[in-house]
Amino acid sequence: MAAKRTTKKTNVSGDELKQYYYDMLMIRRFEEKAGQLYGMGLIGGFCHLYIGQEAVVVGLEAAAEEGDKRVTSYRDHGHMLACGMDPNGVMAELTGREGGYSKGKGGSMHMFSKEKHFYGGHGIVAAQVPIGAGLAFADKYKDNGRVTFTYFGDGAANQGQVYETFNMAALWDLPVIFVIENNQYAMGTAQKRSTSTPDIYTRGTAFGIPGEAVDGMDVLAVKDAGERAVAHCRKGKGPYILEVKTYRYRGHSMSDPAKYRTREEVQKMREERDAIDHVRQMLLDGKHASEDELKALDKDIKAIVNASADFAKESPLPAVEELWTDIYA
Amino acid sequence: MAIEILMPALSPTMEEGTLAKWLVKEGDAVSSGDIIAEIETDKATMEFEAVDEGVMGQILVAEGTENVPVNTAIATLLEEGEEAGAPPTPSDAPTAPAPALAAAIASPAPATAGAPSDAPAPDLSADWPVGTETKQQTVREALRDAMAEEMRGDEDVYLMGEEVAEYQGAYKISQGLLEEFGARRVIDTPITEHGFAGIAVGAAFGGLKPIVEFMTFNFAMQAIDQIINSAAKTLYMSGGQMGAPMVFRGPNGAAARVGAQHSQDYAAWYAQIPGLKVAMPYSASDAKGLLKSSIRDPNPVIFLENEILYGRSFEVPLLDDFTVPFGKARIWREGSDVTIVSFGIGMQYALEAAEKLAEDGIEAEVIDLRTLRPIDYDTVLNSVMKTNRCVTVEEGWPVGAIGNHLSATIMTRAFDYLDAPVLNCTGKDVPMPYAANLEKLALVTTQEVIDAVKQVTYR
Repeated sequence: MAAKRTTKKTNVSGDELKQYYYDMLMIRRFEEKAGQLYGMGLIGGFCHLYIGQEAVVVGLEAAAEEGDKRVTSYRDHGHMLACGMDPNGVMAELTGREGGYSKGKGGSMHMFSKEKHFYGGHGIVAAQVPIGAGLAFADKYKDNGRVTFTYFGDGAANQGQVYETFNMAALWDLPVIFVIENNQYAMGTAQKRSTSTPDIYTRGTAFGIPGEAVDGMDVLAVKDAGERAVAHCRKGKGPYILEVKTYRYRGHSMSDPAKYRTREEVQKMREERDAIDHVRQMLLDGKHASEDELKALDKDIKAIVNASADFAKESPLPAVEELWTDIYA
Repeated sequence: MAIEILMPALSPTMEEGTLAKWLVKEGDAVSSGDIIAEIETDKATMEFEAVDEGVMGQILVAEGTENVPVNTAIATLLEEGEEAGAPPTPSDAPTAPAPALAAAIASPAPATAGAPSDAPAPDLSADWPVGTETKQQTVREALRDAMAEEMRGDEDVYLMGEEVAEYQGAYKISQGLLEEFGARRVIDTPITEHGFAGIAVGAAFGGLKPIVEFMTFNFAMQAIDQIINSAAKTLYMSGGQMGAPMVFRGPNGAAARVGAQHSQDYAAWYAQIPGLKVAMPYSASDAKGLLKSSIRDPNPVIFLENEILYGRSFEVPLLDDFTVPFGKARIWREGSDVTIVSFGIGMQYALEAAEKLAEDGIEAEVIDLRTLRPIDYDTVLNSVMKTNRCVTVEEGWPVGAIGNHLSATIMTRAFDYLDAPVLNCTGKDVPMPYAANLEKLALVTTQEVIDAVKQVTYR
């Protein structure tokens, strides 16, 4: 992993940088609020926070076009916000209310938005991988030029269906980008204890799928890599693998005491490698924004997040009749 | 106004915990993400992070305190410029938990599954109009015609599976389809059931209508997570936004002498899953009419065929667009002494038994369920209320069998009409043996059906 800051001086504009800052901070504040509501018992079950990994999805969304699709695992709140889904609908789904994206029937791990081409939210590790290739299959069948971002973790990368999918995606030249969000821990198991090789992106080699490692704490590096992958897919050259090396600050889920790593390790990442701080510094250094402007942005974001929490608390529980709806179309 | 910091719930089941340690003291500045305390749950010691920025006001619960209920105020946090003495506001007080819980328990009965309570109202109409011309056709040809007709009518329908294209189908069901529709729509897959089932689910989410052929349903066990967790449940989990309009089809159940791993009836497995529809035809006309309905259905359909029946011929109506609806059983033979309910290849034993029983003066009414989700309870109940006796016949294992479910339904809705217990004829509770004599013993037999009927009719 390119551990040092190697961001090229790309001609990214101040406005773009501000947008990335805003989008990443939105995810972080949203997740902090979700953690708080979980602590208050307003969110139940499993709740997997995306804090620390924000640059991955924000960088890749910057490379996507309207109509492109995305599908991911159960650590999905960040992906939904980044593709433009409404924070109110996401938060209300977390609280299991009528105003949630799935009317309260899906929960944290099972949300969808056809309008935003977000195909879930999947609770079974790696099940979204063939599904993502299937979405790409449909696009190729319809010859519509779309690509699908299929996100999964370093843990999921050890599931057999990933390799079944790699084979068919390569065989049929499906326009799918496999985004391996390597946050270094499969729940509590460090990558070196679970994965035979350090570089997961090379696992496509056996299938003839090109891959590259990307610094996932650098939103611009992620965006650049995303653009390369998208261009590859849109040219009809088949799938592409991006192993985005990232880090989650929180536990695997809310109930994870995270004793498999030291507090110092987490603190070091937060202090030295934080993706949001990185962009913040670029904004300040490049005089694209002042401290006061950034503070105002943070305030705007907090207002939106607080409003989503209020909405999620006030939205009624689903009507009891909903128990029996949506089983069959 | 000061913000109350509340005792957090840190696991799905936590109701109280121990405030093990404070990592900040009154007057310390904290920002979002700072670890302020350690809390012991029922499972582990967890770090508790600040969500808001500010200065620690009063610590209300001392470290070491046990059994602190979730949502108790444990400290206050002062915002910029606030005094330590400011009264706390219960800013994020939790809303009352689940007010609709009591109502939920008293929820209405299900519309689809379970046991509706009223008198049965069976649809006894014929599958095709009287006088319609028919022809003899094998189940194999009928299935092929159904797919071809639907593929002609809808560009989004495609077929994928092992050996479906160039080989023309391992059991020749897809014969000629590659030639007519081309390699874009008739797709040979690698031997990779889990993977291609998942790809087909994704394609269905993406707007296509896949037909997935499993060379046999035994191999679909490799793919069952995608069938159930992804295909069957997504419509519900998405609040009705999107589902998987697709068909999983292939031969199911015992063939002949292929041993335990290739001889299993999955009818009861799939019939248990809300979100799936399940068809298991016996005749060629049902194979054709139900497969066409399945392909058009906006839900995932499990379509269970049978290798032994593929070559068998039946009357099929010569109609441009012949379909059979889900949830409508077919009465093959009317009778007043006993009701025999079966489906799929079980019908062979049911019908043979009925013929022989007639020779002894016992008139059996034989019902083919045709679809197992939904099940046409009304036709069964209507018949049982007439005959007062029922025997079920299926090839699958006896524990958790379709017959068990029918018995329970009949007991619930027609208890007073029964003159004998409902008997279930099933396959034996053993893995399928290879030896010819043992295999024969493991399967349900016509004689067993006859014996069961004699038992319930006290002959």
